Amino acid sequence: MQDQVVDIAVIGAGPAGLSAAINGRARGKSVRLLSAENNYLSKAEQVDNYLGYYQVSGAQMMESFLQHTRQMGVYLEKGKAANILVLGDRFLINFNGEVIQAKTVILASGVSKAKEIPGEKEFLGKGVSYCATCDGMLYRQKTAVVWGLSQEAAQEANFLNEIGVQVVYVSNKQRALGINSAIEYREGSVQSIEKSGDRFRITLKEETVLSDVLFILRDSIAPNSLIEGLETRDGYIAVNRFMETNIPGFFAAGDCTGKPLQVSKAVGEGLVAAQQAAKYIDEKM
Amino acid sequence: MAELILYPDEKEFETLIAEKPLVLADFWATWCAPCRMVAPIIEQLAQQYDGRITVAKVDIDEHSELAQRYNVQSIPTILLFKDGKVTARDVGAKPLSNYTDMIDANL
Repeated sequence: MQDQVVDIAVIGAGPAGLSAAINGRARGKSVRLLSAENNYLSKAEQVDNYLGYYQVSGAQMMESFLQHTRQMGVYLEKGKAANILVLGDRFLINFNGEVIQAKTVILASGVSKAKEIPGEKEFLGKGVSYCATCDGMLYRQKTAVVWGLSQEAAQEANFLNEIGVQVVYVSNKQRALGINSAIEYREGSVQSIEKSGDRFRITLKEETVLSDVLFILRDSIAPNSLIEGLETRDGYIAVNRFMETNIPGFFAAGDCTGKPLQVSKAVGEGLVAAQQAAKYIDEKM
Repeated sequence: MAELILYPDEKEFETLIAEKPLVLADFWATWCAPCRMVAPIIEQLAQQYDGRITVAKVDIDEHSELAQRYNVQSIPTILLFKDGKVTARDVGAKPLSNYTDMIDANL
């Protein structure tokens, strides 16, 4: 399995990702479709500006898109893409701890509505991490605050606990079911992170915790922390007309490339990205 | 044909770093996802620098003594040994260029 290389790995299963997936298949390429649970379109109450559909709910639209995708033989794999490394003519994707190898990547991860907290950007990679399965090993026998904002956060906190990290879990919700008993729990949210000697002072709603690291586990990871060196412009991924980013073989489509944040635009970009990815594979490999 | 990647035990490891001018050692474990990310990159390095460096992998569960000796607390840790001494150390799964820079600076 280790040596199987898929032609196109699509990350994100909204309109752009699904469009990219079917168009990749239409060009005869092997496709893996990787996505977290939550999708924005399925929550939209009504969409009126997509050609051929009138007064349709976001959920209905999403279901017909997914059905189309399944008919083309592409099945959604749920989980989190945490880190991507470039290796020669391949990409290595850490997806739920499995390493997926792909010739090209189409990122269609949408936009996250996440607000950064004070200190987050400053200490990213030096005390702030977005991925427990990537960086957890660095904090064995140390302490971590885990701020769970995604559905998979509890599993990631358990993972840290199991490899020997002392975990304080912070969440707005009640103590999540299935969380290991050795994990301390605090209801609330993280306000800020500051340096304090070799460690960090992490401020919660009602107290401050000293810790070696803060894991912020949101549904989506900012694209430029997913892969090193990815260029952005005004907070969106910088692409050209062919949906190419500055990294050869790495494409982006949909809301993550910028406004307008609309279904039609996302579907069109997914098509362009997939056709360009197919062309890239045919010409370069 | 010589093996590109060696899996030395503790004794063999000490002999290796004493005898070979440049040894790249990947400290890893089977249950570590970032280590699996870095594995194909280490293979690529072994091919690319074949004959110029020696590449070894150390499973920290099997050889915990080595991990302790070289103060490996987190994995993956990549150590570069020059004439028997640690000359560079990098922690975490990084892109290929990161390691080629590290090796090129010591060739």
